[in-house]
Amino acid sequence: MTGQDLELTADVLVIGGGLAATWAALAAAQAGGRVVLVDKGYCGTSGVTATAGVTHWFVPPERHHRAVAERHADAAGLADPQWALRVLRTTWERLPLLDRYYPFPTADGALDRTQNVRGPEYLRAMRGLVHRAGVRILDHHPALELLLHSDGSVAGAAGVRRQAGGRWTVRAGAVVLATGGTAFRSHLLGSRGNTGDGHLMAAEAGAVLSGMEFSNYYTLAPAYSTMARSMSYLFGTYFDADGREIELPAGADRIRILGRAMLRGPVYARLDKAPHWVRRKINVVQPNFLLPFARRGIDPYTDLFPVTLLGEGTIRGVGGLALADEDCQTHVPGLFAAGDVASRENIVGAVSGGGSPNSAWAVSSGTWAGRAAVRHARTVRARTGPVRPAGQAGIRPARHAAPCDAEAVTAMVREELNAYDKNMFRTRQGLLRSADLLEDAWRQISDHLTGSGRQALRARETAALVAMGRWVKAAALHRTESRGMHWRTDHPRTDPAQTRRITVGGLDRVWVDHPRTREEIA
Amino acid sequence: MIELVIASRCIQCDKCVQVCPMDVFDAVPGGVPVIARQSDCQTCFMCELYCPADALYVDPDCHGPVPVDEARILATDWPEQYRRDSGWGRARRTHRNESWRMGEIFATAYRILGEERP
Repeated sequence: MTGQDLELTADVLVIGGGLAATWAALAAAQAGGRVVLVDKGYCGTSGVTATAGVTHWFVPPERHHRAVAERHADAAGLADPQWALRVLRTTWERLPLLDRYYPFPTADGALDRTQNVRGPEYLRAMRGLVHRAGVRILDHHPALELLLHSDGSVAGAAGVRRQAGGRWTVRAGAVVLATGGTAFRSHLLGSRGNTGDGHLMAAEAGAVLSGMEFSNYYTLAPAYSTMARSMSYLFGTYFDADGREIELPAGADRIRILGRAMLRGPVYARLDKAPHWVRRKINVVQPNFLLPFARRGIDPYTDLFPVTLLGEGTIRGVGGLALADEDCQTHVPGLFAAGDVASRENIVGAVSGGGSPNSAWAVSSGTWAGRAAVRHARTVRARTGPVRPAGQAGIRPARHAAPCDAEAVTAMVREELNAYDKNMFRTRQGLLRSADLLEDAWRQISDHLTGSGRQALRARETAALVAMGRWVKAAALHRTESRGMHWRTDHPRTDPAQTRRITVGGLDRVWVDHPRTREEIA
Repeated sequence: MIELVIASRCIQCDKCVQVCPMDVFDAVPGGVPVIARQSDCQTCFMCELYCPADALYVDPDCHGPVPVDEARILATDWPEQYRRDSGWGRARRTHRNESWRMGEIFATAYRILGEERP
């Protein structure tokens, strides 16, 4: 690839272009920072919010304590009410910034911000807000690695300019990672670019992860499609290949029942319980919901169609980078994490943050990280001197560069991290088998894989997917109980003695449950 | 996956090249964009939404390319469906965004299921 290299300096570099990234960039710019935002794709269409829609956990202050108590009753013991209260306060403060740019409905004469917000319009508005705040947006500038000072603190990042050609380097006083979670290439709508690159970069700099065992939430979709949805499928009746209805008792875990049925054979649905007014309105409520049906000549309310469960990995799962302080700083000085790249155990514990908590978390963690990143950058403003690029696997092979079948590795990751009998229902034996496969792939990648231009990104994404898979399996093996979404068929009960978080990390060797302090890492 | 750039409709604005989050298209000087990396397509339909000329067609099959007959696609409203139902472009004046009804729809569903949810 030819093209000009680009070198910039900034107070704050935001890596990512979705909900958390835009809220972080906006907060940093409003706090007076010079901000550069680099997105792997296009800020406005990238990520899982842009392609769907979100509802925010947006609660009037007088009801905050009650809302947290209600949610944490289901959190399986791992959430932190103080963090959740801060999320509610910050979301209440920040979301009204959207009022001028998104058509919130009105209720009783006032804007109602508690309702669903369409993704494409939301992210288009956020791009506009970020742009007007003076942030420099670089689309199609995927980050490949962090730059570090000699003391281990973060100094910026570097990557490739996949359309313009050449490489980019941004030296910054602080970096906010907002690269999203990963769905391990499950075909979940909007998630293909979410490969865990941010987690890998952070881990190379010494960050640690938490809650990675909570990475097995699934959402229904037509079997051939990416169009994962919760709402309309509640109106479904489900059948096996012999036409027998699959019983879904009220209050039961419908997804696990359907997952078991899918292990036996294909499952078909018909959304026949949808009231007629819902059928009439669905195209202006969710304009993309009908696309996969119309183009196959299927009426989802009267025809049977095959369904699948798409893995949500750490997107509607919970795990991600562990945070070292209330500013969302990781264990690497100057490196902050916002949105789905960070663990959301503080907010939702061991259950999915899908829907409103995750979007409120993106708004608030982005805001905190953006503001704190500016403060941090001010303390290190005068800093110059040599920096070192931290990237390893997929960039700088430990041995000699050699071709690797990245496509086969990705297919293996998709299978081991999504198959219902390997990820939804977990056993020690199955987890060990997956861990072995991932370990072999990791050796091959870290010893040999590299690339340039667009292939550099591909190599790095492959490395990140495998790294994420290894951390998930290690954490899932370590939690010898069932809790929240983590379901061990060999340990079906919840063990009160394991009401604590599991930390993982490491690259060459994955370690579990030895949380290290920042001093030990530095 | 993305299957068609409909040359007879394309106005060569290259918006799709810019907005595709997966960098699937390449611009062509003096020509219509080409689908250069189809296997990277994530079937998110964002290009259809942003295309001002209804000149793109994404097939819903996310697992691989499928044969597509352009004449048949042109006879349907599929290339314009997402943009129209979102109220973008020409549909701006006639469209009402009613995504706020989702709360009501969820509540209806849980009532039918006999479950209590927040």
